[in-house]
Amino acid sequence: MNKVFKTIEEAIADIKDGAVIGIGGFFAAGVPRTLIQALIKKGTKNLTICCGSGPLLGAYRELDGLVAGKQIRKLIDSYGLFRSATKGSQNAFEQLVRSGEIEFEVYPMGTLAEKYRAAGAGIPAFFTPVGSGSMVEESVLSNIKEKRAKKETRVINGQTCVLEYALKLDYAFVHAYMGDEEGNLRYRKTARNFNPVMATAASVTIAEVENVVYPGDIDPDTVHTPGIYVQRVVHVPRITFDITNL
Amino acid sequence: MSKFEGLPREIIALRISKEIEDGSYVNLGIGIPTLVGNWLEGRDVHLQSEIGMLKTGAMAEGDDVDQDLINASCQAVTEIPGSSYFDLVESFAMIRGGHVDVTVMGAFQVNEQGDFASWMNPSRGLDGVGNVGGSMDLAVGARRLLIAMEHTTKTGESKLVTKLTYPATAVKKVHMIFTDLAVMEVTPKGLLLKEIYPGLTVEDIQSVTEPKLIIADDLKAIEL
Repeated sequence: MNKVFKTIEEAIADIKDGAVIGIGGFFAAGVPRTLIQALIKKGTKNLTICCGSGPLLGAYRELDGLVAGKQIRKLIDSYGLFRSATKGSQNAFEQLVRSGEIEFEVYPMGTLAEKYRAAGAGIPAFFTPVGSGSMVEESVLSNIKEKRAKKETRVINGQTCVLEYALKLDYAFVHAYMGDEEGNLRYRKTARNFNPVMATAASVTIAEVENVVYPGDIDPDTVHTPGIYVQRVVHVPRITFDITNL
Repeated sequence: MSKFEGLPREIIALRISKEIEDGSYVNLGIGIPTLVGNWLEGRDVHLQSEIGMLKTGAMAEGDDVDQDLINASCQAVTEIPGSSYFDLVESFAMIRGGHVDVTVMGAFQVNEQGDFASWMNPSRGLDGVGNVGGSMDLAVGARRLLIAMEHTTKTGESKLVTKLTYPATAVKKVHMIFTDLAVMEVTPKGLLLKEIYPGLTVEDIQSVTEPKLIIADDLKAIEL
């Protein structure tokens, strides 16, 4: 079962306008930059981009590219705005969020991780105490008023809990340090972050891998993402990037 | 302008470090909380970073910077003997599941019931959204939630309030509040003033605090 694609263009060739794409990474670490760059070049539009914690603030050039190409319809994240209000107000993405041209939906980070986990694990929805007593309990956090759907709550063991739904992805882009031809992946240090859970939540997971190896080269005891979750593997060079100030 | 001059941010962090017991697992938020880490070096305290690291080391500089090794504030950090890495699902199982002993966070406002606001500043003008990050998960799961903040806003208004005017992060979760002027504990009867900046009086602190303070019997100067 060889899942390696020769070029990144082939690996993303079937992604159509309107796709729901998960992107791994946490701020600067573990972001599948090369896949996003290929998506910018391809020009696919009307995308719903699903993140965990600001990978597009870390990969800010890629965010600029997606925004300039008017490719994003909706972005989901827990931390998607620049920390600095001044920097944010000058940022093209944030300006489109303000004007409502891009829909921006926000969840607490752990709830978002669990939404991807639930999608990958066949659980349609779950109750969590996170967000109780805040705006998160009342309705979906969105910049668009009409999209603020009311949330269901239930008191469990005396604690108000919020019903949150699984978030299924058409595609997941993940970045791994090492991967074999059969899609077994290993990540490096804190570049692991959201990548493993994103890989479970998608119909098609595409892994950009710095070091592609043969089956057996990764000690089975140290595989982070088993190959069953990964449909496509593509080799990418190791890119050096700035750890940016948010 | 603040009415009184108090502790610099680094020294608020020092005071908080003294509140953390050896053997604790601790998560530090962005801002003053991050500075607490500088005072914990060499202590038997393990820092949990929600990006997916336990026993986070000191900030990395020069050749030690590794682009695959950052903390949840996007700063380059180091690994030390006993460090471990894990994914986000595991990280938030630790956080939400009540395994983290102490969480230190910043806030825009805290009220006397222990509700606090930290995720959205309405003056930014983004209606309905903000950077929640891991703040709500951390607040729900932390066994002890400590807030580190300036006592007043830049324009001198109390950040300790009777009613939050910013959107809440969580309700009834804050245990203690450490500011540049005072140390307070949230009690069922209200805010208990325990320590004050040397040279200031109880009346001084009350004059920049909206809720009526309860004064501790053993009120003392902030202990460093």
